[in-house]
Amino acid sequence: MAERLEQRLPVGAMDTRASGWWAMIFTVFTEASLFVYLLFSYYYLAVQPHAPGTFPEGGPPPLGIAAINTAILLISSVAVGWAQLGIERNNRWRLVAGLGTGALLGMIFLVIQWFEWGDRPFGLSSTPYSSLYFVITGFHMAHVAVGVLMLLALTWWSKLGYFNNRRFAHIHIGALYWHFVDAVWIAVFFTFYITPLLGLKA
Amino acid sequence: MTSTDYERRPSVAPETPGLAERLNRLWETAPGLYGWLATVDHKEIGIRYIITAFAFLILGGIEALIFRLQLSWSNLHLLTPEQYDQLFTVHGMTMIFLYAGPVLSGFSNYLWPLLLGARDMALPRLNALSYWIYLCAGIVLYSGFAIGFGPNVGWFNYVPLAARAYNDGPNIDIYALGMILLGISTTVGSINFVVTFLRMRCPGMSINRVPILAWGTLTASAANIFAIPAVSLAFLLLWMDRNVGTHFFDVAAGGSALLWQHLFWMFGHPWVYAIVLPAMGMVSDGLPVFCRRPLVGYSVVALATVATMVLGFGVWVHHMFATGLPGVSLSFFSAASIIIALPSAVGVFAWLATIWTGRPIFTTPFLFFASFILLFTIGGVSGYMTGSVPVDWQLTDTYFVVAHLHYVLIGINVFPVVGATYFWFPKFTGRMMDERLGRWNFWTMFVGFNLGFFPMHISGLLGMPRRIYTYGDNMGWDWINLITTVGSFLFGLGVLLFVWNVAKSLRAGVVAGDNPWDAPTLEWATSSPPPPYNFAVIPTVASRHPLWEDRLARVGTEKSVIGRGLVLEQGREALGTTPLDAQPNVILKMPGDTLVPLCLALAMSVLTIGLALVNWFVVAAGVVLIAAAILAWLWPSASLGETAEVDRDG
Amino acid sequence: MPHARLAILGFAPTTFLSIGATAAYAAPLQFLTGAGDKATPVVWLTWGVLLVSVVVIVIIAGLLAAAVWRRPTLPWTLGQKAVLLPDEGGLNWLWLGVGLSALVLLISVVWTVKVLADIQAPGSRPSITIEVTGRQWWWQVHYISPDGRGFNTANEIHIPAGEIVRLKLVGGDVIHSFWVPQLAGKMDAIPGLTNETWIEASHPGIYQGQCTEYCGVEHSKMLFRVIAQTPADFHAWQAHQLAEPAQRAITATKGEQAFVDHCGNCHSVRGTAAQGSLGPDLSHLMTRQTIASGVLPNDAHTLAAWIADPQGVKPGNSMPVVNLSADERSDITAYLLALN
Repeated sequence: MAERLEQRLPVGAMDTRASGWWAMIFTVFTEASLFVYLLFSYYYLAVQPHAPGTFPEGGPPPLGIAAINTAILLISSVAVGWAQLGIERNNRWRLVAGLGTGALLGMIFLVIQWFEWGDRPFGLSSTPYSSLYFVITGFHMAHVAVGVLMLLALTWWSKLGYFNNRRFAHIHIGALYWHFVDAVWIAVFFTFYITPLLGLKA
Repeated sequence: MTSTDYERRPSVAPETPGLAERLNRLWETAPGLYGWLATVDHKEIGIRYIITAFAFLILGGIEALIFRLQLSWSNLHLLTPEQYDQLFTVHGMTMIFLYAGPVLSGFSNYLWPLLLGARDMALPRLNALSYWIYLCAGIVLYSGFAIGFGPNVGWFNYVPLAARAYNDGPNIDIYALGMILLGISTTVGSINFVVTFLRMRCPGMSINRVPILAWGTLTASAANIFAIPAVSLAFLLLWMDRNVGTHFFDVAAGGSALLWQHLFWMFGHPWVYAIVLPAMGMVSDGLPVFCRRPLVGYSVVALATVATMVLGFGVWVHHMFATGLPGVSLSFFSAASIIIALPSAVGVFAWLATIWTGRPIFTTPFLFFASFILLFTIGGVSGYMTGSVPVDWQLTDTYFVVAHLHYVLIGINVFPVVGATYFWFPKFTGRMMDERLGRWNFWTMFVGFNLGFFPMHISGLLGMPRRIYTYGDNMGWDWINLITTVGSFLFGLGVLLFVWNVAKSLRAGVVAGDNPWDAPTLEWATSSPPPPYNFAVIPTVASRHPLWEDRLARVGTEKSVIGRGLVLEQGREALGTTPLDAQPNVILKMPGDTLVPLCLALAMSVLTIGLALVNWFVVAAGVVLIAAAILAWLWPSASLGETAEVDRDG
Repeated sequence: MPHARLAILGFAPTTFLSIGATAAYAAPLQFLTGAGDKATPVVWLTWGVLLVSVVVIVIIAGLLAAAVWRRPTLPWTLGQKAVLLPDEGGLNWLWLGVGLSALVLLISVVWTVKVLADIQAPGSRPSITIEVTGRQWWWQVHYISPDGRGFNTANEIHIPAGEIVRLKLVGGDVIHSFWVPQLAGKMDAIPGLTNETWIEASHPGIYQGQCTEYCGVEHSKMLFRVIAQTPADFHAWQAHQLAEPAQRAITATKGEQAFVDHCGNCHSVRGTAAQGSLGPDLSHLMTRQTIASGVLPNDAHTLAAWIADPQGVKPGNSMPVVNLSADERSDITAYLLALN
């Protein structure tokens, strides 16, 4: 660099060169670790001795609604990805529509999950299993709620015309978080809904 | 809108007084109270971290001296058992969480951009946030103690003793919530370090040219990112057990007491390395300056740093050898805990070889760094002994372990940190610390420390359990404890001399100049103290020792260039480079003074207080304030180059 | 001058060590010696790794001192550019040092695993099983005799010398840690778990123990002792403990009523209406050497003092100051003194 710089350099928060994008990568790592420890707590307590029928309490939870909810969350990820590709092609309508759809599906997920909570035959304080169930799914719901707020803010900013095909770092950063939140659900879903069917019970 | 609005080819030019003046206007923190609260300058934040951490060190030290008096002979009654329990717990909490980690964050915050040839950390506002949360968490953690309800079950806070059934006051709730808050500070700080390492190194500083301090802090930060959630979660689950009726640790309802220990030590052991590796990095960088040669085995030492951390994630169970785990698991974790000594041996022999093949210069920082090697060895071998399960079954929870952890924490953290203060003080302030007083300071601390803590090995071998507030006169521990108490007061006197030297040198120290020690790295290439923008033009480096290149025989390599380089002056700008080779990659728009980080930290404190009071109204208020602060923070800004609109004013 | 410094570096730790060694064998909780099948291999290993550690410290201190003082040191002048030494040599130190360390560490691992395997399970069948429960802040000791009858005692664990004794450790409230350094290393007593371990005392004697997991305000005063007796003595003791406390004199009978009224909710004495289980079982109290979990010798004087003001002796412990008249107190004391 002592003589002259050969290439032109992008200026500002550019795509994956934005510091915020890197910060989100490591935020995702630390959040993922949080869920690893949560699920570790589940499996650790699962292999301790329990009173019969309390782990999982009331038998394996029914798959139906949870499976639909999983699909909803996955579709929301697709919508957000569609928005990301849209803004890279400078298509702001796609951006707003994709992000808005993602946020809406996220909210539907939360509502369904809320009813799912109400359907459980136990409360937070019944057993270690019930505590794990509400706290882990609750942690995930809190993440979905944060993600929905992010998507709503991004939708709003997109409508205000803040982004174009060069300036979309915010979109990628928010989307990264949203995809992570969806991916984590798969692990939570597998743990609570699938492993009891595979025979993991105390 | 054309693509030229988003791209530029900055010129390459020598630095000029005019450029320096323009940059100064751009980068200077606003004057007055506003500037004090709103600054995002890494140097200002670094100094605050260091001062706050030293304040906690002194508090923790006073606590220790008080209970050392209680222990100095058998059957004394200076303290009630409850007072003793709060004192030893708060002492541990203070030293381990509020001093040892943050002081290293402070040094790294101040030094990193200078070492790396950068204008600031990658995320300056996150840096300010990290400090403010640390301060708030420190206040929260001390608030209980101040009103008589300090944590009282030891810093690792085992359940069920920490559960509601055995601990009904607010003591543990405040501790738990304060620790979660502190964890957020450490996490965002760590993310900032990792991103800075990957993105902010000046051109030419490929990863094999980075100072070891940067390797140490990088490794520690990466570990924190993965480890902190374990302890934050543990404390949150405990808070819920205590306040909302969950049963994670509630044995009577089918929970597990050992789940706490696993979660705590999955964090705890990596944390131990996180609070020593950066300090070892300080020695790796500082010691060679006083041996007048580069560090022996740079690559091996850097690799050993990373290897220590990786292994460090696999040894948490050695804190739980006596909990009745199966033999296979014991053998595995025992072997891992013994083998982890190997990367440490790399460091010890590299430092020894550096002194041996160099020509030592007796300065105060050299004394601290060189003596560190011996203290590190003593702390290391006692760790090796506790790694052996059958021996650990005797040693654990005795004063032998107390001796071990103090040799580790004081020997590998406090000694390098005090040495580093002598070393970098001229850079921080423009003045040298007093060398003569420095000798007194060193020898008092060194003799006091060994007199105070070496005998603890022996009281441990004589069976004295840790955390007892008194002992019978028939146990054979009186004299050894008296010696320990005398030594600890001598050590305290040494720390006092250090504080005195800092105060004295701030006013009357010899003016240092840019590079008083003739050190080789970039922080010494700028003025002392550095200007707000650190470097007027972005330097380019061609080796690990840019300032020694003229005198180190190197064949056929290009030279580092310091006074001439990329000019970035259209607003607050910094250079982003590629993660491995550090090739110019992007011109980053850096944020200026802002109150948002402070507001966010305060909002998080509101949430913490709400949870401590179990007042859902305050909790909701905290959540709303946090959301508002984050929205304001992330609102796309033209001047930061985040929106399609271009900010033409710079 | 350099040599004087070197001498200080070398001798300070050595001096400490020798003082320690002299005092060592007098301290009841020291573990540099041992007294049984389980302790012996651990004592050897402890000395082994201790020796390695001391040798390493001495070598490193010596190398450090030699490296620092082997040549006259250079002067330092503020800001002056110095002559540098080339960036070469020294790597052999690394390979040699790390190689030797690896060898020593490897041997240590093998030795560790070997000792661990040796002491994990006893060499022969245990002759007796004792359940020890850690409580805040005392130890409940439960024996089952061969005919299935059991009895409780506290803070003193009688065992037959030369025989394998299996221990079941239970955490009664919070986590405690069972440790008799002369016989064996620590094992935690954890609520919700039953940890099994074993001890063996090669010859009769009194082996002190203490709780080593911090367990609350009186953690410091949670001592106990293992009393190893010849098998004949042990069986006599066991038979005596199984029997109900003997018939008592008139004054003692008066004390019994007061005891039942004021103490019986927490303490029990077999054969009476006092059947509390919060505090130690006091049947045969006077066969114990200490009270208050190893803190006080068990005699008329300390017993009376303890009843009058337990919070003065162990502040924070679970035994309240019971409001007793002077007569009641002396009656109860007399009653307890008759429990042997």
